[in-house]
Amino acid sequence: MRALTWHGTHDVRVETMPDPEIMNPRDAILKITSTAICGSDLHLYDGVIPGVLPGDILGHEFMGEVVDVGPGSTLKVGQRVVVPFTISCGSCFFCEKKLYSACDNSNPVAKQDISETLYGHAVSALFGYSHLTGGYPGGQAEYVRVPFSDVGPIVIPDHLEDEKVLFLSDILPTGWMAAENCDIEEGDTVAVWGAGPVGLFAVQSALAMGAHQVIAIDHYPHRLELAQRLGAKTINFRETSVLQALMEMSGGLGPDAVIDAVGMESHGFALDNVMDTIKQKVGIGADVGHALREALMAVRKGGRVSIPGVYGGFLDTFPLGALMEKGLQVRTGQTHVQRYTHELLKRIEEGELDTTFLISHRLPLDEAPTGYANFKNEQDTWTKVVLKPGGV
Amino acid sequence: MTLTHHAPPAGEAPEADRSSHRWAGAGALAAAAVGLIAVTALIERPHRSGASDSAPGRTRRGLARFGKHDVVGRTVTINRPRADVYAVFKDPAQLARFMENIHKVKRTGDTRAVWTIAGPAGVNFDVETEIVTDRENEEIAWRSVEGSEIETRGKILLRDAPAGRGTEVEAVIAYKAPFGEIGRAIAALFQKEPAIQGRRDLKRLKMLMETGEIAISRNHRPTSQGD
Ligand SMILES: [Zn+2]
Ligand SMILES: [Zn+2]
Repeated sequence: MRALTWHGTHDVRVETMPDPEIMNPRDAILKITSTAICGSDLHLYDGVIPGVLPGDILGHEFMGEVVDVGPGSTLKVGQRVVVPFTISCGSCFFCEKKLYSACDNSNPVAKQDISETLYGHAVSALFGYSHLTGGYPGGQAEYVRVPFSDVGPIVIPDHLEDEKVLFLSDILPTGWMAAENCDIEEGDTVAVWGAGPVGLFAVQSALAMGAHQVIAIDHYPHRLELAQRLGAKTINFRETSVLQALMEMSGGLGPDAVIDAVGMESHGFALDNVMDTIKQKVGIGADVGHALREALMAVRKGGRVSIPGVYGGFLDTFPLGALMEKGLQVRTGQTHVQRYTHELLKRIEEGELDTTFLISHRLPLDEAPTGYANFKNEQDTWTKVVLKPGGV
Repeated sequence: MTLTHHAPPAGEAPEADRSSHRWAGAGALAAAAVGLIAVTALIERPHRSGASDSAPGRTRRGLARFGKHDVVGRTVTINRPRADVYAVFKDPAQLARFMENIHKVKRTGDTRAVWTIAGPAGVNFDVETEIVTDRENEEIAWRSVEGSEIETRGKILLRDAPAGRGTEVEAVIAYKAPFGEIGRAIAALFQKEPAIQGRRDLKRLKMLMETGEIAISRNHRPTSQGD
């Protein structure tokens, strides 16, 4: 099959790779119809995620048609499904609590050691990412193997085209959970740092959950315009003093809830950084985590802090005092995608949520390397790239 | 009485440095397999004398031994009833499914079995064990028989986890290296690896019992398409 593989920093290629096979009873094999490039794929592209190996197939946002199933799968050949980027067994302590992204049983045992050392506990598996998260081949390919296919994939009715539902795989539930973690109440002001895909979906979700106003903070004009179209107010941090503006725009109170949809910037999660920090030799660069620091300063006393942005290591000069003295609540984590897919599919079906506005470019799989380069270098206009292995 | 990460005695370290991971796994597995066995005294007095807390002795800081034995242990909660977990530990075929380097397990008597452990460069070695304690759904303790290449003991303890969370499975492995070349190599390795191997074996057991399969991330078999 053809697949997008990683070979090093800014070096991804479309190559011929072996077709996937059923390896475990609960597996299914999909023929991919649509797959997206995600902001976190850019961290791999930039070479800042440890544990990515040459030849790894990327992609964790994908959907397709079931072409083969193991005896333990509940899917049927021919069904169209969207697959959560988190791989979850459905039967461990965490999955039973619907903490799907904390699943104990999806990350192969030998790959758990590093995160167990780094974080105190082993993390669960994700598609198309680092070998710290399992090293499962991803979906930017013609075919993909889906483990625990009786738990994750959601069957899509025929009348909904791919682009309406593809983002159920990651960014829509991620934006939704980010807003849910804000415990939005009547009259709330919610401030969102980062108007990328997750930030925009967080804006949309917070408004759907009844926020009085949502304020999106970014510096790309087109992204701010998209946020405005969704109903948000905006702050361009290149032109405006964010802390001051947020106070003035919230009656001098400060936002009731804040969302960091930026996460680590391009040099946050390099393993050498992390290890150096462990050794107390080198701290992580001072601008990493700027959005989170600013969010903690901005949020009102007793407010809620939601962090969908991805962090992997340590953060210098973390304003712990603001957290404690203001009595803040913090909620974060990789998205428990399986918890949200059914409800969000229903909202899409009923026309309550539309996610197609985000897609700026559609490319055949063979042009994926162009998609990566432009998604990285033209962030203002290349807001979301969808790859079509079957051709556009 | 515990140690998992102390420096190897002088003279043994070079063996460890030269050894491959595969060696390590094999040696460790000897402990894990034969293991799951206990130093009798350790079983009877799981907490060191004079201890001021309720933590297991193996979690003690710094260098410690129990006599000439090193002891490692790990607890995992498996979301299944105790009887199911106990049944797996009584079934040699199941043991070989989640213990990475066990080539085969052959019963040689009511309480005895020979474990064939995959060693380096395709060399296997055998360890014969006998069950010294067997309490249904509670405990299985084994030790290597007289004359075994590796002297090791271990036990599995099963307890109900709170609030219906399943079974807490505690594995404790003690081992003492014999003399001789192979012994020295294994001894050096034991000091580094049994904790890792035991932990991995328990995680595979948990996967098998909770999901019916053991997670694997590769998407095709090595034999197909020349990979
Ligand atoms: Zn994503
Ligand atoms: Zn699970």
